[in-house]
Amino acid sequence: MADLYQLSSASLDALFAALTADGRRILAPTEADGRSELNPVTRPDQVAKDYLQTTLSAKETVFPKVERLLSYTQAPGQVDLVDAEPHAVPTVLFGIRPCEASAFAALDAVFNWDYRDKFFNARLEQLSVIGVSCARRDDACFCTAVGGGPGATKGSDILLTPMAGGYLAEVLTDKGRAIQALAPDLFQPTSGVDKAALLANVPTAFDQPALTAKLPALFDSPLWSEQSLRCVGCGACAFVCPTCVCFDIQEEADKTGGRRLRAWDSCGYHMFTLHASGHNPRETQGARWRQRIYHKFSYYPERYGQLGCVGCGKCTRACPVDMNLQEHLVEASQVNP
Amino acid sequence: MSDPNIYLPHLMRIGKITQEAPGVRTFRLEFVDEAAASAWTFKTGQFGLYSAFGDGESTFCIASSPTRKGYIECTFREVGRVTAGLADKEVGDIVGFRGPYGNVFPIEQWKGKNLLFIAGGIALPPLRSVIWNCLDLRDWFQDITIVYGARSVADLVYKHELKEWQERPDVNLLCTVDPGGETPDWTGKVGFVPLIVEQANPSPENTVALVCGPPIMIKLTLPVLAKLGFTPESIYTTLENRMKCGVGKCGRCNTGKSYVCKDGPVYTLAQLNQLPAEY
Amino acid sequence: MELREKAKQLLESGDVKAVLGFEPGTGGVRRPAFARSAAQAEKLVFDGEQNLASYVTHKEVKRLGRLALVARPDTLRALLQLMGERQLKEGDVLPLVLEDGQVRELTDAQAIEEYLALTAKELPAQDRELLERLGGMTRQERWDFWQKELSRCIKCYACRSSCPMCYCEHCTMDCNRPQWVPVPSHALGNLEYHMVRAMHLAGRCVECGDCGRACPVGIPIHLLTFNAEESVHAQFGQRAGASAKLDYAMSTFRPDDKETFIR
Repeated sequence: MADLYQLSSASLDALFAALTADGRRILAPTEADGRSELNPVTRPDQVAKDYLQTTLSAKETVFPKVERLLSYTQAPGQVDLVDAEPHAVPTVLFGIRPCEASAFAALDAVFNWDYRDKFFNARLEQLSVIGVSCARRDDACFCTAVGGGPGATKGSDILLTPMAGGYLAEVLTDKGRAIQALAPDLFQPTSGVDKAALLANVPTAFDQPALTAKLPALFDSPLWSEQSLRCVGCGACAFVCPTCVCFDIQEEADKTGGRRLRAWDSCGYHMFTLHASGHNPRETQGARWRQRIYHKFSYYPERYGQLGCVGCGKCTRACPVDMNLQEHLVEASQVNP
Repeated sequence: MSDPNIYLPHLMRIGKITQEAPGVRTFRLEFVDEAAASAWTFKTGQFGLYSAFGDGESTFCIASSPTRKGYIECTFREVGRVTAGLADKEVGDIVGFRGPYGNVFPIEQWKGKNLLFIAGGIALPPLRSVIWNCLDLRDWFQDITIVYGARSVADLVYKHELKEWQERPDVNLLCTVDPGGETPDWTGKVGFVPLIVEQANPSPENTVALVCGPPIMIKLTLPVLAKLGFTPESIYTTLENRMKCGVGKCGRCNTGKSYVCKDGPVYTLAQLNQLPAEY
Repeated sequence: MELREKAKQLLESGDVKAVLGFEPGTGGVRRPAFARSAAQAEKLVFDGEQNLASYVTHKEVKRLGRLALVARPDTLRALLQLMGERQLKEGDVLPLVLEDGQVRELTDAQAIEEYLALTAKELPAQDRELLERLGGMTRQERWDFWQKELSRCIKCYACRSSCPMCYCEHCTMDCNRPQWVPVPSHALGNLEYHMVRAMHLAGRCVECGDCGRACPVGIPIHLLTFNAEESVHAQFGQRAGASAKLDYAMSTFRPDDKETFIR
């Protein structure tokens, strides 16, 4: 149950100051060269004005692009292992969109469904999310088709919705209340604000439950190789995606010792499933494109009870050849098995 | 309270190295940490990730039986960077091991049944664990038949143990090599494994079949078993897929909704038929 | 003749199995589009940014059969370079160019070379300015510039995948015996990857700029390979894609070369 407040634009300065004084790093979208990315800030005037979304996702805060898992020293007949520490810093993510905030649950599903990943958990524990609702959208967005929305609260500890003079603030979780407690006077209790009127209009692009139900019958459809003819097989979509979590483990060493690093990986690469024998279970780009769709819309729901996609559209924007995910899903919805 | 680091391997000392076949070795590994050794167990069918420090990790089954305490064994062929790094090691060297991972062969469910093991080439190691596990519990089971073949006599692995199994009265071993792979003093069979299985004409009655081999062997053996009357629920196999984490997170072994490292590597044919053929 | 008409004609005659051009995409961008039937040809347009030559080495595209593709000068240079490097046979592709508003077929390598001889090669103003700015920096300033830019690289390989010259089935980056370049996207891994790529493209880069456009985080990565290409031109008088007959400075030794180590 959310507690409703109003936060004035002017009071953001004091909020940021309170967070910084509390020893928290603030990450927010900042602008450079026409794109916005998450960077450390200390003042609200450093935050990008009028951004739609960052290019890279916020998953970097809990699942960095490179991360040490362990290291070791070695000598003839001897190896000494050194455990790695995640060095998680108390962090507030300010200004990410509801789609991205909801993605943390999808990451959590993989990192904790059986064995618990200490690196992810250490960072997630130190992370609080102040999300900001969307007053506008672009052609790549389709959050409402996947159970989200421009003002959805899932994954945010506090959700701000821009309004005249400032923000509607919904304080949603214990972490949100802990932030509120740092500067309680800034949060003015309120009621009667028509939140829906402040949000972008995002009509539902396709019937996702129907598509998910249909996908098993579409597995052998030629649709996937047709859609992926222009795909160049890079990892841009997977890497900017807030829910994609596939990773590689690489060893970097010399005779005296080394380290094991985790790095982002993508099921779109042909080497992802390549066996040492040369056999590749997903030999064609069509099979790999199909895996992307099925993993997010069929296998994930079956296994984790949630979708592997939040409809943010980052993949579409980042793709060098405009593999518009929404468009492909709409097409798949309309195809007969 | 923080979680343990699931990617941290145990340190293992190589106790024994056996050259099984050209390019194929068996390592007998002992835990460096004795406390870890006594706390650690596994069940037949499970696998691990073995580290050649400096090169990386590779996935192999645990080829020894859980009934044999104090060590584990793995058998591998030198095909790439990590296995080349392992092949370079000597007795006394340290390697890493993470595991046991994956699901198990449900041997308790097979009490009172006949067992039919069918393996080809370098795919005998995962079944060898089950075979010894079952032989160490021999009176649980009825007839035990093993059909094992390789490309040539030199390529047969566990040659010493094949001799042991041959000499045991409570095991029926049919050993074969591909046509052209026999040597002048070869006394075993000559012919591809699926053909030998067909000739052996095993009864599906109260029998569980375990099949493991190169894709082509499996592809040709399954129809033989179907013809003989084996049901998909009574045929077990163990899959290999490219792996990195072994714990169901990195995504590499994902096939349909299944992670081979978690829901497998042991599958019945009935379960395999539910999965897309991406393995 | 218009592109759509031409495409339909080529497909209906069976002369080609697919026509590769562009179509309108998300938010007004243009994206590559394959037409394999007259109906699909309806969507094709000539303008688009990507260098379509990168598709002619894709397995799945080769399987379609003979391909007609919309070509700008940099696309044509890439096709000639690929022919020289024996990745493409003359007859396998049919470039379509715009001449006086009409679509024209370039039926062989010679026709491509002749057409290119009539078009001046010019770098876009923005790239020229940035290259000049970089050229005017001290070594340290330039190093700092690239260190900062490359620290943002996420090793997605969009640059490599977009490049018509990066067609190797087993790229140097994929090799782990030895691991020439580290895989993870830390500072060293990023720097080494891009340096190796620039070196592998010196004398081969047709300066289409696709790699820079493809980069999802906006690193002007094309300038590294442009610069390598301009260096080769300045020192050896050679340009990538000038002809279908390969004369590649980086792998050719002449008796009058000043280096003596190979003798």
